[in-house]
Amino acid sequence: MPASPKIHIAIQQEDFDVAAQVAALTQGRTDIGAVVTFTGLCRDEAGTLSALELEHYPGMAEAEIARVVQDAQTRWPLMGVTAIHRYGKIAPGEQIVLVIATSSHRVAAFEAAEFLMDYLKSRAPFWKKDHRKDGAQGQWVDAREEDEKALGRWEG
Amino acid sequence: MRAVYFAWVRERIGKTDEELAPPESVVSVADLITWLSARDEGYAYAFENPDIIRTAIDQNHVQHDALIAGAREIAFFPPMTGG
Repeated sequence: MPASPKIHIAIQQEDFDVAAQVAALTQGRTDIGAVVTFTGLCRDEAGTLSALELEHYPGMAEAEIARVVQDAQTRWPLMGVTAIHRYGKIAPGEQIVLVIATSSHRVAAFEAAEFLMDYLKSRAPFWKKDHRKDGAQGQWVDAREEDEKALGRWEG
Repeated sequence: MRAVYFAWVRERIGKTDEELAPPESVVSVADLITWLSARDEGYAYAFENPDIIRTAIDQNHVQHDALIAGAREIAFFPPMTGG
């Protein structure tokens, strides 16, 4: 009898260990053939960012990610999903978000990981604020139209 | 009902949450935005471009034509920028 899918969703301030999270999904199982992980990092292209501050909607953030994970499970035969999103102040180079999808075969795992990230970006209630090294007033990051467009291919 | 505000909507209004008691004529999320906008400059600024404001009722995304009857918590926030 196949084991039931293992789902782990966390909204947390602290960092996460990617290898430990992968192990938590795969340990003790021999039926998984593919693990795809995506890690999103705090990026500073211009060398002017001191930190990103991530605000979230407690309760809804977990609930919305759970809904997206459920949707992914109806689309692909997944054996496990982990979705971790950090909040609070995050310095350039630090990890912000982790998505792991496991399945028997790679196509399902790749596609599910991409789907989860696309939806997380535009549907999970998180907001980023830039803090600059020069001490200027922090600026809210604008939503990107490309992120909204990325959802189009999963719809219909 | 309880209203909750996030990101720049919260900053412009100047509070994280509050209890609202709108009149009976306020039936939809759009009505509520119009009603709140008339309160003071902070609300007017927060909702100056209502089309971009995202809303959730009881922690589920809703469109502006959603009815607010029975809502316990209604949230107003900018487009999301997580991930």
